[in-house]
Amino acid sequence: MSEHKDFAAAMDSDSRKTPVRVAFVTRRTSPHVKRQDDDYVMTFPEALFRGVVAVEVLALVLVVLALFWNASLEQLADPMQTPNPAKAPWYFLGLQELLHYFPPVVAGVLIPTLVVMALIVIPYFRINIEAEGLWTRNRAGRLRILAVVIAVFVVFLIVFDVFAVLIPSLLVAGLMFYSATNPAAPGRFHRWLASKPLSFWIMSWFLLEAGVLTLIGTFFRGPGWSFVMPWSGQI
Amino acid sequence: MANSLEARLTSLRDTRVWRSIFRSGSGATNLRRALAVQQNVFLHLASVKVRKRSLAFRVTWFLGTLTLGAFLILVLTGIPLMLYYHPSVPQAYADMNDLRFVVSAGVFLRNLHRWSAHAMVLLVFAHMFKVFYRGAYRPPREFNWVIGVVLLLITLFLSYTGYLLPWDQLAFWAITVGSNLISAVPVFGARIRFLLLGGHTVNANALLRFYVLHCVILPLAAVTFVAIHFWRIRKDGGIYSGESKRHE
Repeated sequence: MSEHKDFAAAMDSDSRKTPVRVAFVTRRTSPHVKRQDDDYVMTFPEALFRGVVAVEVLALVLVVLALFWNASLEQLADPMQTPNPAKAPWYFLGLQELLHYFPPVVAGVLIPTLVVMALIVIPYFRINIEAEGLWTRNRAGRLRILAVVIAVFVVFLIVFDVFAVLIPSLLVAGLMFYSATNPAAPGRFHRWLASKPLSFWIMSWFLLEAGVLTLIGTFFRGPGWSFVMPWSGQI
Repeated sequence: MANSLEARLTSLRDTRVWRSIFRSGSGATNLRRALAVQQNVFLHLASVKVRKRSLAFRVTWFLGTLTLGAFLILVLTGIPLMLYYHPSVPQAYADMNDLRFVVSAGVFLRNLHRWSAHAMVLLVFAHMFKVFYRGAYRPPREFNWVIGVVLLLITLFLSYTGYLLPWDQLAFWAITVGSNLISAVPVFGARIRFLLLGGHTVNANALLRFYVLHCVILPLAAVTFVAIHFWRIRKDGGIYSGESKRHE
């Protein structure tokens, strides 16, 4: 009646060959294996060739762009003749848009400094390491804090007339409150939102703001930084 | 035919000259594949093996690789552009016109450099957000995220310094708008601006400084930090590809 064993017990006195491992299993720990080693492949050629193909595709796209669209070249620089509007490179137009609402020391120094500092410290704060949904714990308390923070922020934005920031912020706030609700039969979108930690909300708000401000600065600002439509030909 | 080509390549890789250069011979074994990476000064920044799952497109969208690709294209197009460019006023602008009308494929060279620059800025941002959303900045990879932020700033500064070099109206006023913001820095604003521009306005000195920054200092800084960035990927346990599967 002995079952077929697919393992064999062995004694080995050579400790260099078979190191002895002793595991202490206390009542609170479990010897259950939680992680498994992943499959590995050789960097050369598997990873290297994929990378090369990706770069080649990028090169092709850029070559086609370069063949059919010329880089702009305007008149010779003339310090006496200021174009209206004078715009920074596109990736700074979000900041230039903020310059329209806030004094230069805020829009040009304080906000970019804060953004860079916030980016650097991201991995060092617990809030960004936690991966559980924002509302899984202390829902009522967190809702109250969120409501106060948003109310203060909204008043601040209205005082400074910053509607370009206000509207996307309200959109994100609305989604946050929506994700905090407890519908009887939550849909996929609701479940997805409800599973998101606070860091997700902050970063997504930042991404949306940066995108909206850059788009407004690039396509909707004409002479004297007035609001114009992209097709008005005044940009 | 194919076989004889392969045989020739194999015998080439077994020659003394080849082996003296690459330090590894032919042979389709994992040892040889490992040596190809480990014995190469550039490739050895990467580990010999990678997680299979981290190669899936949905993990990284290859955004980091593509950013490196854009950087390489920028170096390759930037060096020939330097041959036709004088960082002086108003010769710089005349050189732009020469690129358009005199130099063979000058327009193409400049276009490719310009579009690649925009692409690189976009890709760096995309890479950052992708890394954030898949949580790859978490310990033990914190410091590599910080190096990534440094690389983002270097990229922006590279693009910004390059923006002035054509010396047309767009370049001049974009840099004027940007550098005026520096004046808003409390206490040191005016001095930092003076240091950057070599004067109180955007002038010939600013063009020369931006040229040196754009062609020497910033690319060297970028290469240095990219090397650290890649090396840290390996040291921190490879590309993060999500939590390991639960053992069922």
